[in-house]
Amino acid sequence: MLAELISSQLVRTVVLGAALLGAIAGMLGAFAVLRRQSLLGDALAHAALPGVCLGFLIAGARDLGSIMAGAFFTGALAALAMMAITRTTRLKTDAALGIVLSVFFAVGVVLLTYLQGVGGAASAGLASFLFGQAAAILASDLWIMGGVGLAALALVLALWKEFKLVSFDADFARAQGLPVTALEATLTVMVALAIVVGLQLVGVVLMVALLIAPAAAARQWTDRLGVMVALSAAIGALSGAGGALVSATTRGLATGPVVVLIATAAVLVSLMLAPGRGLIWQALAARRARARITEARILRAMQELAQAHGDARYPSEQGMLAASLGQPPDPRNFAALERRGLIRAVPHPPETTRHWELTTQGHDAAAAPDAERGR
Amino acid sequence: MIAAFFDSIPAMIVLTGVLVGISGALLGSFLVLRGNAMLTDAISHSIVFGIIVVWLLTRQLAGPVQLIGAAAAGVLTVVLSEALARSKLVKMDAAIGLVFPALFAAGVILIALYARDVHIHVDTVLLGEIGFVWLHTVTLWGVDVPVSVVTLGAVLAINLGFVLVLWKELKLASFDPGLAAALGFLPGVLHYALLTLTSVTAVAAFDAVGAILFIAFVIVPPATAYLLTRRLWLMVVLAVALSVAACVAGYALARHWNVSIAGMMASMTGVWFVLALLFAPRRGLVSQALRARARRRDHDCRALVAHLFTHQNSPQMAEENTLRALIDHLGWPEPRARAAILRAHDRALVERRAGLLTLRPKGVAEAEAIFGRRGA
Repeated sequence: MLAELISSQLVRTVVLGAALLGAIAGMLGAFAVLRRQSLLGDALAHAALPGVCLGFLIAGARDLGSIMAGAFFTGALAALAMMAITRTTRLKTDAALGIVLSVFFAVGVVLLTYLQGVGGAASAGLASFLFGQAAAILASDLWIMGGVGLAALALVLALWKEFKLVSFDADFARAQGLPVTALEATLTVMVALAIVVGLQLVGVVLMVALLIAPAAAARQWTDRLGVMVALSAAIGALSGAGGALVSATTRGLATGPVVVLIATAAVLVSLMLAPGRGLIWQALAARRARARITEARILRAMQELAQAHGDARYPSEQGMLAASLGQPPDPRNFAALERRGLIRAVPHPPETTRHWELTTQGHDAAAAPDAERGR
Repeated sequence: MIAAFFDSIPAMIVLTGVLVGISGALLGSFLVLRGNAMLTDAISHSIVFGIIVVWLLTRQLAGPVQLIGAAAAGVLTVVLSEALARSKLVKMDAAIGLVFPALFAAGVILIALYARDVHIHVDTVLLGEIGFVWLHTVTLWGVDVPVSVVTLGAVLAINLGFVLVLWKELKLASFDPGLAAALGFLPGVLHYALLTLTSVTAVAAFDAVGAILFIAFVIVPPATAYLLTRRLWLMVVLAVALSVAACVAGYALARHWNVSIAGMMASMTGVWFVLALLFAPRRGLVSQALRARARRRDHDCRALVAHLFTHQNSPQMAEENTLRALIDHLGWPEPRARAAILRAHDRALVERRAGLLTLRPKGVAEAEAIFGRRGA
């Protein structure tokens, strides 16, 4: 089944295109997420709709080149409008994003219905730009997408140091004399480019997820920008290719939503499993920290008992110790302490319950509880 | 007369739009002030998921169950986004951008797989079908009223009641959440109440305007009103008025050009916004530019007076108090220098005496004010 799919020329084109798109969006989205401009991608993607219609209107046909040019034009216009609104009015960024997103999209809807009214069959495919339709992709489109991807990659490599600085500490970059506004504009323009590339496959509505999800997933696994950008591009490429394959096998399933769900699944896995940061790791670390504290308290309580009785090898009863700490006895805490050679089990006839005494190391550890807790 | 009104298709379409607009503007005013505008974006996308899930479970496309169930998806988006941001693993903006596309994508896939035959079509999700609201009617007191109008009317009543009853609390929580919390007004509860109502309104408006155009009705008129006034009550009233105007004008233009009615109504809210951005009294771009120009001209006048005063009755007067000196020494372009002299002349600050620019008494007084009566 899979081999049959791969051998089909159309499916190969679609999968290659989707992987290409995922890589571009993943790479550029990493910078957008780090700069806390994730939702700008959403606004720019919605703003591409009127551009798609304008490109169609001017070219008079479903020509990918002019549609991409149109989408890029209105996307850039939307970015400018965002800047104008936030710089000249008291409106906050979120309101500016909402205004740009909804008004540009509304104009796009008006143009779309206008085209459907006058254009008839030729414009029927335009609605597929809402959610993407991978099947409509042509082998020649891959060259356009590849060209855009290479240009973006070259720009990122050429301006790597500058982009890094602007992403993490724009104020410092400005103090160093870097043209921060121009660099930020370049990054925004590149996000618009990624969106334009994704229009045909994912569509304007869900494009934002392809920018954010791979980057958010990659961020969990590393603290290094280079690794994050590469990983983000890889996750994007895999999500794209996987989504294209799934949607090619099911009739009537648009590519965009499937790609988005796969990328989201990558985020969920990363949030859970990423070493150090992931939720499971956090939970484990929290449990270990709790056990360390309980063990330190047990040691100290035993030492106090020993001192009170003037007997360094005083046998403490396990249940009583736990009760004095105000929690149910957990044998695992005692087992852990015994394993580390800090306490030793001792018989205390005629009682049959477990009794413990501190070893010499145990006395040392109890006297330095902070050192013990910091282990 | 009433029956005739409810039988009129154009009246019903405009009324539907107006109800969406007013409901959205009432809530949107506070969302814009609180900086939560993009949560509207998240909510309106993810109710698509709620609508299809409720339909799969109950096979209902309208009614209170559907309204509440679908609205729950909107609230879920907000809760999930905020939980994700609280985990500190991703920032708030990325959290919003992760949650709602996922729910929206799931909704679109469910529609494609299981609901292709019902009237939830993927295009409807985005565009709405305000032109067909009159097709589904219920009979109320012997009059056929579109279902959407009844639902939206009820939602509007709830929103209006919410805003009027909790006006003081909303106002305080929007402008000073810290004080609101300190006074025991539970801003968190208010926050979720506001977003729940936004979700309910989004679901009610879904049939008419779709998921995305709804954002325009919630955010744009309040943001426009925000540019026009600093008073909260006036902002809300203006936002409502702008919505109504956008619906009426949008309907007329949409009929004229034969384009999407909901799209045109939403576009008109954008037109109002651009007009306000440009022409708002005092804060509009045009009036900002005019003020900047007036300031520049005043400054030139003062610089000219100061220059003349410095050299008045000095040996260099013959050289300095001329048009040439302004051009050569102050580096002004000639038109700017000529304009400054003309303006200073009109203001009775300077006069031309024996070919030299000389300060008149008013000009001397102004120069002394500039230099702090030096030498006096």
